[in-house]
Amino acid sequence: MSSRGTIVYGGSDASDEVHDVIREENFLVEAHGKEPRLVGRRAVLRTALGAGGVAAFAARGDAWAEAGPNTVIGLQDWMTTPGRGTGSAPYGLPSHFESAVVRSLTEHTPTDLSAWSFTPLDRLTGIITPNGLVYERHHAGIPDIDPKKHRLAIHGLVERPLVLTMDDLLRLPAVSRIYFLECAGNGYTEVVQMPRSRTAQFSHGLLSCCEWTGIPLGTILDEAGVRPEARWILAEGADAAAMARSIPIEKALDDTLVVYAQNGEMLRPEQGYPIRLLVPGWEGNLSIKWLRRLELGAQPWHTRDETSKYTDLMPDGTVRQFTFVMEAKSVITRPSGGHHLRAHGFHEISGLAWSGRGRVTAVDVSTDGGRTWHRARLDEPVLSKALTRFRSPWRWDGAAALLQSRAIDETGYVQPTREQLIAVRGTNSEDHFNAIHTWRVSENGEVSNALIQA
Amino acid sequence: MRSFRRRPLTAGAAVIAISVAAGQSAMPQDDKGFGIGQRVSEAELQLWNIDVGIDGAGLPPGEGSVQAGKAIYETKCVACHGAEGLGQPMDRLAGGQGTLKSAKPVKTIGSYWPYATTVFDYVRRAMPLDRPQSLSPDEVYALTAYLLHLNGIVESNAIMNAQTLPMVRMPNRAAFRSDPRPDAANSACQTDCR
Ligand code: HEC
Repeated sequence: MSSRGTIVYGGSDASDEVHDVIREENFLVEAHGKEPRLVGRRAVLRTALGAGGVAAFAARGDAWAEAGPNTVIGLQDWMTTPGRGTGSAPYGLPSHFESAVVRSLTEHTPTDLSAWSFTPLDRLTGIITPNGLVYERHHAGIPDIDPKKHRLAIHGLVERPLVLTMDDLLRLPAVSRIYFLECAGNGYTEVVQMPRSRTAQFSHGLLSCCEWTGIPLGTILDEAGVRPEARWILAEGADAAAMARSIPIEKALDDTLVVYAQNGEMLRPEQGYPIRLLVPGWEGNLSIKWLRRLELGAQPWHTRDETSKYTDLMPDGTVRQFTFVMEAKSVITRPSGGHHLRAHGFHEISGLAWSGRGRVTAVDVSTDGGRTWHRARLDEPVLSKALTRFRSPWRWDGAAALLQSRAIDETGYVQPTREQLIAVRGTNSEDHFNAIHTWRVSENGEVSNALIQA
Repeated sequence: MRSFRRRPLTAGAAVIAISVAAGQSAMPQDDKGFGIGQRVSEAELQLWNIDVGIDGAGLPPGEGSVQAGKAIYETKCVACHGAEGLGQPMDRLAGGQGTLKSAKPVKTIGSYWPYATTVFDYVRRAMPLDRPQSLSPDEVYALTAYLLHLNGIVESNAIMNAQTLPMVRMPNRAAFRSDPRPDAANSACQTDCR
């Protein structure tokens, strides 16, 4: 993140209205049997848009909620009429009932050319982010690159400066790896900024995880022959920002990839099509999209995005630079802000944990604001520098509760509390904020960000 | 699959296919590795090689004055960065010295940036937002001179070029540190915590 904006939560006033209409619609289904169903659904969507746009619906409207006691066991249209034809969607899309599950932007960034959109973590499960929902952060828009005209140049302190076509890259031995990608600024709204985020999408959604396929950067560097004096690599994009970052050679040769595919298909334009760098576990800005050039040098370049931005200002006025690694962090995604517990009794608590230093070894969950903790179960696979899904059983007795999760990684690092982090870093440093997050469950079942005063 | 099988497999291709399938990057290697890609000269890369090092490496010939920079700024930059770099609607570029320890730090070229060469590098590669890489080297030198002057770092008669720019010492340079993390310690306390 560099410049800051205010976030749009999607009109909280409007969402109550939307909510009620949905309830009414389900009632209609029960009362009148078949006829009004589809009409009713359309009416709901229209009302939702009228009441504050798609975002209002996204804030609370949950297509799976509230079927409850009103559901009828009966014949539905889809049981008595054939569905749409095979292949009618050559590139399939989610059910239209899930149309509220979208990336959402911040409001009030002065231009959409340099802005960011959040992954709806509160509506996803597992550890893989669908390609169309991977968070975005662009600094001069999304270029439309013809792979035939795209080249990757490797030069500077190398024996053989090279230029590669995209076809050349496809010939090289590839690997597929699952890694998270997290913006340095993920969580910036939870430091001091007002208003705070209401949902996990806005508090933690500058975070995604994909299976990435491409070439180890070391393979490509070997082709060019790295000279011994080379200590840093400048990676540069072909976008209008010509985004450029200096990366230490050790990391380049360790696990950095030049990737062309995500989750089995070629990269999305928003993710760097046709190629991007993928620097596992380190702040997302380093994973240069639309990668066109790698220059090897003896020292870092101190580009604008590693001096003016992506640096951390401390209370004493000193500035931390090259703060690359994204430290261990976690967030409960279900239940989370904007969700509504509609019944007492069993509710699984589930969320995501990750560490830029390696594997998550444990996640603890608290339902009493951090007084008592329980080890959560980790879903397999638990991979280094990937999102890990944790789950913990919970019986909600109807009392107010404070839900927290705490990640521990293979280095023994324990995710700090917000107070511990702010005690060291103050509140002028908004990037790399990895504190424990708290969701408040109120007696009526509403779940909200505990930093928002009740 | 069918069309693939019809194609005659050479022995070399078979070896590659096997090593790829086994997930190895080792290869029927001679000293030239995979032999992928074309050699390229620095001259051929000239249009792409736009980075500037803190020692001035990569700075092109040319020069520009504060006065010339002011004129360019007022036609090409002021709409987004405001009169005299004071910001609005986009980033503020000047002022803010002495605010970094306050509750509302104002980070600008003058108050925050550690190297003057970064101004040239960034303006050349990314500004103006709507027409990046449209400025001549003289224009970028002039804008750099003007932005440094707005921040009280160079005099109004300063000329920026490949020799003078790397000599400019930025006021906040000494504030920069390397990464000391992990810096916050928590424990994995299970009961009666807090
Ligand atoms: C159309 C609007 C627009 C115009 C015109 C424009 N800029 Fe910018 N400028 C921006 C935006 C937006 C950013 C932030 C980009 C980002 O987020 O990466 C920016 C960032 C900058 C920065 C970095 C600020 C910082 O603190 O990191 C500098 C320096 C700069 N511009 C200089 C210029 C100069 C010099 C010109 C005139 C040649 C210019 N800009 C014209 C929109 C503009």
